[in-house]
Parts: sequence; structure tokens; C-alpha cells
Amino acid sequence: MSEAARGAMLETRGLCKSFGALQVANSIDFRLERGARHALIGPNGAGKTSFVNLVTGALTPSAGQVLIGGAEVTDLPQSERIKRGLARTFQVTALFRRLTALENVTLAIAEREGVADDLFWPSGRHQRVIEEAYVLLESLDLADDALRPVNTLAYGRQRLIEIAVALGLAPKVLLLDEPAAGVPSSETGLVAGIVERLPPDIAVLIIDHDMDLVFRLARRITVMVQGSVLVEGPPEVIAADPEVRQVYLGERQRR
Amino acid sequence: MAAFLVFPSYLPLGSQILATILFALSADLVLGYAGIVTLGHAAFFGTGAYTSGILAVNGWGEPISGLLAGALAAAVIGVVSGFLVLRTSGLTLLMQTLVVATLLHEAANRASSITGGDDGLQGMQMWPIFGVFRFDLFGRTAYIYCLVVLFLCWWLARRIVHSPFGRSLTGIRENVLRMHAIGAPVMRRRLVIYTISAALAGLAGGLIAQTTAFVGLGFLSLDRSGTVLIMLIIGGVGRLYGAFIGVPLYMIAQDRFSEVAPVYWYFWIGLLMVLVVAFARGGIFGLVGRLRR
Repeated sequence: MSEAARGAMLETRGLCKSFGALQVANSIDFRLERGARHALIGPNGAGKTSFVNLVTGALTPSAGQVLIGGAEVTDLPQSERIKRGLARTFQVTALFRRLTALENVTLAIAEREGVADDLFWPSGRHQRVIEEAYVLLESLDLADDALRPVNTLAYGRQRLIEIAVALGLAPKVLLLDEPAAGVPSSETGLVAGIVERLPPDIAVLIIDHDMDLVFRLARRITVMVQGSVLVEGPPEVIAADPEVRQVYLGERQRR
Repeated sequence: MAAFLVFPSYLPLGSQILATILFALSADLVLGYAGIVTLGHAAFFGTGAYTSGILAVNGWGEPISGLLAGALAAAVIGVVSGFLVLRTSGLTLLMQTLVVATLLHEAANRASSITGGDDGLQGMQMWPIFGVFRFDLFGRTAYIYCLVVLFLCWWLARRIVHSPFGRSLTGIRENVLRMHAIGAPVMRRRLVIYTISAALAGLAGGLIAQTTAFVGLGFLSLDRSGTVLIMLIIGGVGRLYGAFIGVPLYMIAQDRFSEVAPVYWYFWIGLLMVLVVAFARGGIFGLVGRLRR
């Protein structure tokens, strides 16, 4: 607890990963404080998604450590890290498509509460879980869609439910992998709105290309290039950094 | 129950239909709910049948314990083979389930001193159920026996499907990536349902062995694994009631057509499959559901 009190909800130390000759993570030192609104940006192929996978445990690092709440989790499987409060969303919506929004969130809460191994009593007996799911959807203004199968909802709404499912795990650290990917620009405000209303003590890491979204939400930004951290700092510093402008913002303008 | 009163001369066929419904129901649990595509479900059906059958041939004709022994043996094969094959998915999984069934088929073929090999297992002497109800020539006892076992298993399957565990299986079927990401022990859940399904398939095999007093190598064959899937797909996958429609339809059609045109009947079942896949995804049960809406 004393470790957590120092603030770092998520930390990596000297994190390395290579696939053959390709180095996707090169000695990454990273800290995510309690209540952080932190963005990770970088050009395509910079290693952002690999970093997320190293943190969640989907990839095993070649060297270095991952810590959640001050405790080392480098050798722990994905499920253990989730129990310690790490949740993520996916760049390509990963929902239970034919189930309702309520069922989607209920599945996450049932796993967190450990009721999902109950193999005999009807789901309806676990009223508390279903109520919590409904309250969560309501708090995100998604109650209207609670009973609709998610594959019948507009993509923008699906992106919001994507976040709701992760919130069902009551995370301490939330990794949002391109939360507004594929959403028409007129609706990105909805996604940003939800992120802005997240409980303040959750540490949020947003991985995104959308500069408007990043500069609206993030209070701190890390720029990655070719598997390494190029620079880290508050948004105004990043925006003014000549190196960042050259490798990332410049490249984007050229497109 | 209705068949019992209306078609007394069809009771032996009726018993087979009931047991096959149970077999299809067990396949629906893995295929329809957990999304585990298998071409080797006959492995469990055959294991149950041979276990119950071998007990009866060797002087233990008590039906209930024989049936449970069959289910237990099938569950053991289920948990062991599941532990190995469920690590894979898709086509690899399909092939591995097929391999397990083929291995058992060959084992039964080789061990002909126990299984009767090609000739099949014959000479079962079944004792009366509870020491009271004899298996009669007309198949009345057998029919009610099958009906009761099917009802109990259906009730159990229904409980499982509507439990949080059952919902989590649906989650695994819909998006296994996300189930991992919400911390679900996916492998364990799949292994549990695979084992339960194997046990139910073993019961189904045991029922047919006991009520027909015969077990053959066909019980373990690819044909048997494939046919149960066809019956399930015709009825409707993943809705628990599909088996109750697809199996009787298939088996009664087979019974009728094979009298009229023994060779030709596969044409009609093939045509039916094409129609179901083209126009009635979700099977006949799904079609009825859509028309009512």
C-alpha cells in the first residue's frame, strides 16, 4: 500500500521487447500516476500497441519489469493483472456482438465478482451484478441501449460500450487503445465526454492518433518513436517540441 | 409421451430418437454455446455405449449404474482429450477432435476380444430397472427409461445454459479475446463444459447400447459425429431445443425414406441441409422464431 501511496499505479522499468531484429520496445521507463490522464502517441509502427500488450501480459518482455500499484507483475498472467486493477479497451471494437449492452457489461462484472463459475443457479439470482451493470450504463448515458444487442447499435455507441465493459472491471488503471478509432469526427466528442467523466482516481492511459482528442483529454503526453520514448511532458511542451513536430506532427501534416 | 400412446409399434425407433436427442443436446452445449467446433463427439457417445455394453455382457446388467459408468468413462475421455485439444482452435481443433475419435475407433477395432470388433458387442443381459421394470419386447420400458433420462439431462443442460457459467460460455463463443481481457479463465471454462458434454454424450451412447442390446464400431465413427451435427444444424444450433426438432425430423425421414428409396434418401437430406444453410440460418427452430415475430 505504501508503494501505491507514492502514486505510480502503473510503472515499467527498462522494458524491452524484440521480434528477431525488430525492436518494438527499447528500454521503456514509464510511470502512470493515480488519477493520471496520460496519452501515448507516436507514428504508426512506433510500438504503442506492443507496449500495451507488454503491460497487459499478452506479450512477454525480453527484459525489464512491469509494476501495477507498486507490485511487480512481470511474470504474472493476464488474468492476475486484471485482478490487480488493470483493464483495457481495444482499437477494433471487441464486444460480445450478439449480446445486449447490459449482458456485455454484466459478463465483466460477473468475472470481477467471481460469480461466473456458478454453473447451476440462474443468472437472475445474481441481481446485484445485473443492477451494477445497469447503473454503470446509466452513468454513461447508455441506459437507453441497455437491452439492445450491441451489433444493432451505431458504431459510435459501440465504442462507448467498449469502454463500459472495461469499467465493469472497476479498474485502477485503464488503457484506452484508440478509443475513438472508426468513429465519425462528429461523434468523437461523445467518446471524449465519457473519458472526461471517468472517476477521477482511475489512472487513464490513452493511445491515439487523434491529436484533437489527445490534446483535449491528456494532462501529460509521452511520444514514442521506433520502440523508444522520444519525449514526455505536458501537452503545451509536447506541442512546441521541434523534434516531435518533425517526426510526428510534421509527418501527419504531410499526409 | 405422445408417441407412447399414438404409435406403439414405433416405440423402439422412439427410444433411439430420444437417446439421439440427448446426444445432439450434448453436442449443442459445446458447439452452440461454447463455440467449440467438433467432429469427434462420437468418441464420447461410443465410449459410453461400449462401457455400458461391456458391463452388461460381462454379467453386470444393472441399467442405472451401467449407464452412469458409461457417463463417467466418457467424462474421463472428455477431460483428458479436452485438456489436449482445447488449447487449439478453429480447423486445428476440428482435426484434433477427429483424431481422438479415430484413435478410439481403432482401439475398439483392435481390442476385439473385449469389444467384439467388427461384429460388434452382442449378448447383453439387462436386469430390470430398480429390479422391477423389465425391458419388454415392445420397448415400452426402454422408451420411458430414455424419456426420463433425457428429461433429467435436458433440465440439467438448461440450468447450466442459464447460469452465469453458461452466459460466460456464450461470451467465449462471441469474443474469446475479450473474455481473456476481462480476466475469464477461458481454458478452464471450456474444459468444464467439454467434460459435461462428454458425460451427457456417454449417457446417450449407454442408453442406445442398453435399449438395443448392441454396440458396434459405428458408434465411434466419423459418420456418427457428422450426422449428429447435421441433425443439430437442421433443428437449430445454440438454442437447446434444436435437438428436439432436428433429430426426430432426420430420423423419421431416414426411417421413411430408407424404405422407399434406401440410396436416394441422402439426396433429400442433402437438399434439406442446403436449404437450411441458405434460407434458415439458425435451423428450423430459428425459422419458426422469425416467422412468429
